[in-house]
Amino acid sequence: MLARARDIVSSLMLAELLKGLKLTGRHLFARKVTVMYPEEKTPASPRFRGLHALRRYPNGEERCIACKLCEAVCPALAITIESEQRDDGTRRTTRYDIDLVKCIFCGFCEESCPVDSIVETHILEYHGEERGDLLYTKPMLLAIGDKYEPMLAAARAQDAPFR
Amino acid sequence: MNDLHQLATYTQGVANRVFGVEWGPHVYTVGHSLAMIVAVLVPLLLTVLYYQLIERWVIGWIQVRKGPNRVGYKGILQPIADAIKLLMKEQMVPAGASKVLFFLAPIISVAPALAAWAIVPFAPGWVIADVDAALLLLLGMTSMGVYGIIIAGWASNSKYAFIGAMRAAAQMVSYEIAMGFALVGALMAGQSMNLTAIVARQDGNYGFFEWFWIPLFPLFLIHFIAGLAETNRHPFDVAEGESEIVAGFHVEYSGMMFAVFFLAEYANMILISVVSPILFMGGWLSPFNFAFIREAGPAFSWLAAASIVWLLAKCAFLMFVFLWIRASFPRYRYDQIMRLGWKVFIPITLIWIALVGVMMMEPFCNWPVISIWFGK
Repeated sequence: MLARARDIVSSLMLAELLKGLKLTGRHLFARKVTVMYPEEKTPASPRFRGLHALRRYPNGEERCIACKLCEAVCPALAITIESEQRDDGTRRTTRYDIDLVKCIFCGFCEESCPVDSIVETHILEYHGEERGDLLYTKPMLLAIGDKYEPMLAAARAQDAPFR
Repeated sequence: MNDLHQLATYTQGVANRVFGVEWGPHVYTVGHSLAMIVAVLVPLLLTVLYYQLIERWVIGWIQVRKGPNRVGYKGILQPIADAIKLLMKEQMVPAGASKVLFFLAPIISVAPALAAWAIVPFAPGWVIADVDAALLLLLGMTSMGVYGIIIAGWASNSKYAFIGAMRAAAQMVSYEIAMGFALVGALMAGQSMNLTAIVARQDGNYGFFEWFWIPLFPLFLIHFIAGLAETNRHPFDVAEGESEIVAGFHVEYSGMMFAVFFLAEYANMILISVVSPILFMGGWLSPFNFAFIREAGPAFSWLAAASIVWLLAKCAFLMFVFLWIRASFPRYRYDQIMRLGWKVFIPITLIWIALVGVMMMEPFCNWPVISIWFGK
């Protein structure tokens, strides 16, 4: 009875509503957590999975040996590989396409690669303006790898103790 | 004020000279009214424009975000950009919509929201129409707004819009009653339906203790909360209910017609937050309007002087409370809204009106504390 009366009085005095307003009022002056995106960025893990790249050995030889493990493991069937024997007797890819429209950025290709050839960079700001722009071919992927090799090597070195 | 009077006499003379003695006074009357309307509506529309920017800022800050801060310096031009975007958007009319009513609904909704501003006094004499039955006109104008919403929901030929319109109709009709009773309390205490006279009754020697929010405290709260419900604002926004019925009554509206609904809603919010201070918080009277401050010499007496600044400050505070409440509370369930309106607000207002009547009666109104408000 008394508890019920207290309930009614406190609800008439808007006690709980005022408590809620106090809480939100405190947040009004709290430090804001917004990241001003193009100028500021959140830190990315060395395992971040962004745009793909094909790497080379330091002597300039491409790493990929066309084992097609990545093609087999790709759950989205985004990778297409064709291979041929090169003059020196090694097996090399003649075609290495990744359809980024299909890709789900699971990172399985990178995991499966025995020679660390196909990797995912930290690049997330890229786009295509026409149909087909996001179909990345072997030269394009190699170019990305060449351009970002220092970044890729650093990220792999950083993650090496945990692999 | 004297300058304004001189200007009026001067323009009257000019009108008489240009249009002749027969037509001059009429031209002057029309021009005078137009000038006053422009003087009220232009600041109002600018306030609406920036109110929605401030709303997004305040809600952002409360959610520990920064809010829009890209367009112009710290986002100052955001509302302009939004307005341009809305202006350039296509007007979609749904198939099967009642075309005439579909186009009429935003107009019906915005017209009363703007018309009600005719009777709002900003300072003694600063009012477009100093109507004696201002409170009735105010009640009438604010309740007209529901027609725009019902017609919008019906004319859209959409289920969600119709559900929103039905909710809005039931809700606004229920809260109209509670709000009406709150206004009755204010007019009993103010002994007038003229808003200027009601403010004048709150003048006295005891500053903000003289204002009606103390003797009419429950009515003050109910007026504000019913105002939230009337304007379909959170936490009473079931008519829009974006998580259940998308956007409610204006789900089918786009571009400028949507902007007009938007304008009506915000004009109504600002109207509630300017009428509430006039009725319950002493309007343009200073909160420091104590006798001892007034007589303390020129260094302090300006604090006690009545001015439009006080009204604007009170209005700004209540407008902020609108946003604060929106950022704090979840939406009421529909049956809870009905319960609150009919079974809580109406009984409380009725009891308090009776109480105010008792306080105003002969022996009681001269009792020590009560005489502050009712002893005049």
